[in-house]
Amino acid sequence: MRVPVSWLRSYCAPGLSAEEIADVLTMAGIKLERLHRVGVGDPAQFVVGRVLKAEPHPDADRLTVCEVDDGSAAPRTIVCGAPNVAGGQTVAVALPGAVMPDGSKLGEAKLRGVKSSGMILAEDEVGIGEDHTGIMVLENGAEPGSPLADQLPIADEVLELEITPNRPDAMAVYGVAREVHAVTAAPLGDDPGAEDAEPAGDDSAEDHASVEIADPEICLRFSARVYEDVEIGPSPAWLKQRLMAAGQRPISNVVDITNYVMLTVGQPLHAFDLDRVRGSRIVVRRAEPREKMRTLDGVEREFDPDTALVCDAEGPSEIGGIMGGEISEVSDATTRVLMVELCGARLVPGTIDAYPRAAESRKVSLRLARMEQLLGTSIDTDEVVGILGRLGFQPVLSGETVDTTAPPWRDSDVQREADLVEEVARVHGLDKIPTTLPARRNAVGRLAGSQPLRRRLEDALRDRGLHEIVSYSFTAPEALERLRTDGEQLRVRNPLSEEQSVLRPLLLPGLLDAARHNAAHGRAGLALFESAHVYLPAGSLDEAPSGPPAGARPAAEGHHLGALVTEAAPGGWRSNPVAGDFYATRALLEAVLGIAGVDWRLEPGGPPFLHPGRAATVKAGEAELGWLGELHPLVLREWELHAPVSAFEIDAEALAALTLGSVATYHDVTSVPSVLQDIAVVVPDEVSAAEVERAVRAGGGELLSDVQVFDLYRGEQVGQGSKSLALRLEFRAPDRTLTDDEVTERRAAIERELDQIGGSLRA
Amino acid sequence: MPDLDQLRSEAEAAIAAAGSSAELEELRVRYLGRKAELTQALRSIVELPPQERGPAGKAANQVKQALEAMLERRTEELEASELDRKLAEDRIDVTLPGDPPRPLGHLHLVSQIRREMEDIFIGLGFAVVEGPEVEYGYYNFTALNHPPEHPARQPGDTFYLSDEVLLRTHTSPMQVRAMEEQEPPIYIVVPGRVYRPDTPDATHVPMFHQLEGLAIDEDITLADLQGVLVQFARGMFGEDTEVRLRPGYFPFTEPSVEVDVSCFNCGGKGFIGSERCHTCKGEGWIEILGSGMVDPNVLGYVADRGYDPDKVQGFAFGMGIERIAMLKHRVPDLRMLFENDVRLLEQFGA
Repeated sequence: MRVPVSWLRSYCAPGLSAEEIADVLTMAGIKLERLHRVGVGDPAQFVVGRVLKAEPHPDADRLTVCEVDDGSAAPRTIVCGAPNVAGGQTVAVALPGAVMPDGSKLGEAKLRGVKSSGMILAEDEVGIGEDHTGIMVLENGAEPGSPLADQLPIADEVLELEITPNRPDAMAVYGVAREVHAVTAAPLGDDPGAEDAEPAGDDSAEDHASVEIADPEICLRFSARVYEDVEIGPSPAWLKQRLMAAGQRPISNVVDITNYVMLTVGQPLHAFDLDRVRGSRIVVRRAEPREKMRTLDGVEREFDPDTALVCDAEGPSEIGGIMGGEISEVSDATTRVLMVELCGARLVPGTIDAYPRAAESRKVSLRLARMEQLLGTSIDTDEVVGILGRLGFQPVLSGETVDTTAPPWRDSDVQREADLVEEVARVHGLDKIPTTLPARRNAVGRLAGSQPLRRRLEDALRDRGLHEIVSYSFTAPEALERLRTDGEQLRVRNPLSEEQSVLRPLLLPGLLDAARHNAAHGRAGLALFESAHVYLPAGSLDEAPSGPPAGARPAAEGHHLGALVTEAAPGGWRSNPVAGDFYATRALLEAVLGIAGVDWRLEPGGPPFLHPGRAATVKAGEAELGWLGELHPLVLREWELHAPVSAFEIDAEALAALTLGSVATYHDVTSVPSVLQDIAVVVPDEVSAAEVERAVRAGGGELLSDVQVFDLYRGEQVGQGSKSLALRLEFRAPDRTLTDDEVTERRAAIERELDQIGGSLRA
Repeated sequence: MPDLDQLRSEAEAAIAAAGSSAELEELRVRYLGRKAELTQALRSIVELPPQERGPAGKAANQVKQALEAMLERRTEELEASELDRKLAEDRIDVTLPGDPPRPLGHLHLVSQIRREMEDIFIGLGFAVVEGPEVEYGYYNFTALNHPPEHPARQPGDTFYLSDEVLLRTHTSPMQVRAMEEQEPPIYIVVPGRVYRPDTPDATHVPMFHQLEGLAIDEDITLADLQGVLVQFARGMFGEDTEVRLRPGYFPFTEPSVEVDVSCFNCGGKGFIGSERCHTCKGEGWIEILGSGMVDPNVLGYVADRGYDPDKVQGFAFGMGIERIAMLKHRVPDLRMLFENDVRLLEQFGA
């Protein structure tokens, strides 16, 4: 909303600068976006002049050489190009050095050999209109040399204000003036709607036209008046300047008046040409479903039944307007006055007023104690009453309660006690609210659910050199196809693009996109992770509960932790880079699972976007926690990445659920020594390390407290088709030192178990 | 008895001339070994007449001790110089680069700021809770006092999955969910992703992060809201930060307030020297969040969970995490935070 300050001051002038008025409004809830200065620079350079003599330029047909009295001793010579300049006119003159509205500075110039010292002004040259067909001719009477600013509004300040949607009343100059009045208590000028024009004639408006509201739900009230003998022409300078400064183009007196009234009081209104209203009848009704109509801007639009159409007796026509929502009360006395004054019109007596359900004023009460309880401070009762009075609420103090009547312009916004509290608080000044802390009964500040674990896991990956990314939760259906994942997806109905039309069921596409982006920018080797939600359907979205969902969630959302490694460690002058292969990434996953402290295992095989021979499923008991593996070469090709690239993704919520509430308890490892033994096991190539470990554990029984695979050997000493695994075994009994015999016995049992899987101990 | 003086001077000269520890060992055997002249002499003292034994033994022992001390001193000297020589040979080019370290990892700037916020509010007694991003219109709008015709519900402002299911446009739906789950008093903050169909530009992206706050008890006031936000702002932006409440409008708070903090870049002056401050654009204040007293209509939706609007009251606030990250760390373009370019990621969150 653009509010010209001179216009605002015509209703409320608190003796403050434009900046100070802006501060007052900002702190009352109407925020200044920008303060504009419009019109000319220093107004002292603009004076009234009288054309003493106007003669054709000797060398130019279209120029006139004028002698202009500017109040100084000698007349000044000004070459003027306007066709309407003539001797005897009182005109507006810019002196050399004047700064024009566009910021340019007027100099002295020779025009076809004649020196011109100044400029006779057209209205567009001082920003009070758009007309450039001729110079402005002022009314006689103004003294040559007197300030032009006394005659014309050539310079102004404009407040560009941000009006919140609850304050349509402040979308008007008078409404803003009321706010200034409420805060500063400076007097507020009379309601511009209060003054009415004198009707003339014996007929009545209802003789000329009628108005029907077909659906009172969509239009509360529609009022009309009839004018005859309207003379259409340009508006006067003051009106044009106000419209221009407020951001409206002047068009003609009738249109300008309707716009001016709307800018003044916020009431939308429209001038209908009665000769073109078929049947002289205006009908306001709901649009039919998909009804089409050509609007005033010449565009054919389609409407739905939420829109009110203004039609005439024969239906929608070019006279039609559209009304966004409800129309309330019309207060258009200004129009009446202006129409009569500026268009020489005759106001036909009477008002056509379709107002099917007259609204009653709303009564709202404010308990002073309640206000103090909400604000945390008390406000003097006289001030409360004063504020509400200046805002138009007609407050009446009754004991500890203030009873009010909400004015029509605040009816939609102020309906309850809390709304009145806000009114008083914002005008009183939020800067006067004290600063305290709440009691915080039973308050425990903490992370909840999986958050503490997630933080530790994210830190662990960060500390191992991974960069955290944040990628969009949307992905392209095509990306999921390239990952060969199928299954139900959650689609957005109104995506910004097809690329962002599906909610991702896993983090991998975002990690791959980020890896590709960085590879394209010269960073092919890196390690990334993301910790975020993933989304799967949980039943049909169309079967949403009709009432409150009572805590239900519309989709199956989980929180995943995913990592992608294209290079595990960089190379240097004496070391090679560590590739982002399965085992490098497995080390990261082991750290994550180790921190969580869950009993986990990997099982061969994983989702289809992984290398089928280098893929594993992460399990804990029967629960599936996620996957780990090198990416399938065809997937890598789609993302322009080079093998090996490995990744893992785990369900952080499931992981946290396994650890929640578990507390580590002390194990005695110092009182009795353990026995460490290294063994080498030769097994056929196809037997996995996990199978060997399982056999060793089966043979070792309870006394075997730990097994670690620490070496792998293939070669001559074990023969083709076999491999040798080196394992470190730790034997321990909780209550005694183990004897050699006991350990030997266990080793024999381990050998027997290994034999079952085709393995043997190597000497 | 040998001539002890001669023996001593001869041995001392030899020890002084020795050039290696091997030579010294040889000399030790020659002059102090079992078969050495001096050892023999000491051993044969018993054969002397008793009155001569004392002086002879004393003299011989003096020589022995002197030679032992000199040998030891000389051994140390030689070992030291041998070590120096060896160390000189072991010299390396210390100007070559070290082994490449594992690259320093980084949290994303959004995570870093989110954690900073969470930690400040944890210190103030707020629990951190999270909620779903795929949400019902009921929680995102209806229970937050948005009438059915509210413009924010339009598909131009909200991503929809079905008529009733949408991507949450703010973290506020967790206000109602949390109150359904927990009776008052309640003190929570809710970080998370939110979504709006904004065409990306320097200040808009379709997905960003917010942190919501909610405090409900019998006696929580607007003054308490100001107090909590002052604590937060000082924790986030520095001890000298001031907070300014300005009236605002949100459907689910009444009174509603916009919250500005004094500009941490120019100290609230609006100018740095004669230059207009870029961070606050010369205003001295920066708008960082929206808040207010929870609207009685919102409490009405959970009245049966103990939130009778006549008995309990409180405040709520919500702020954009990216906005604060960008202001504090001077990131010029919101889109950069979602490109995941390592050159940006490396600058924050180590």
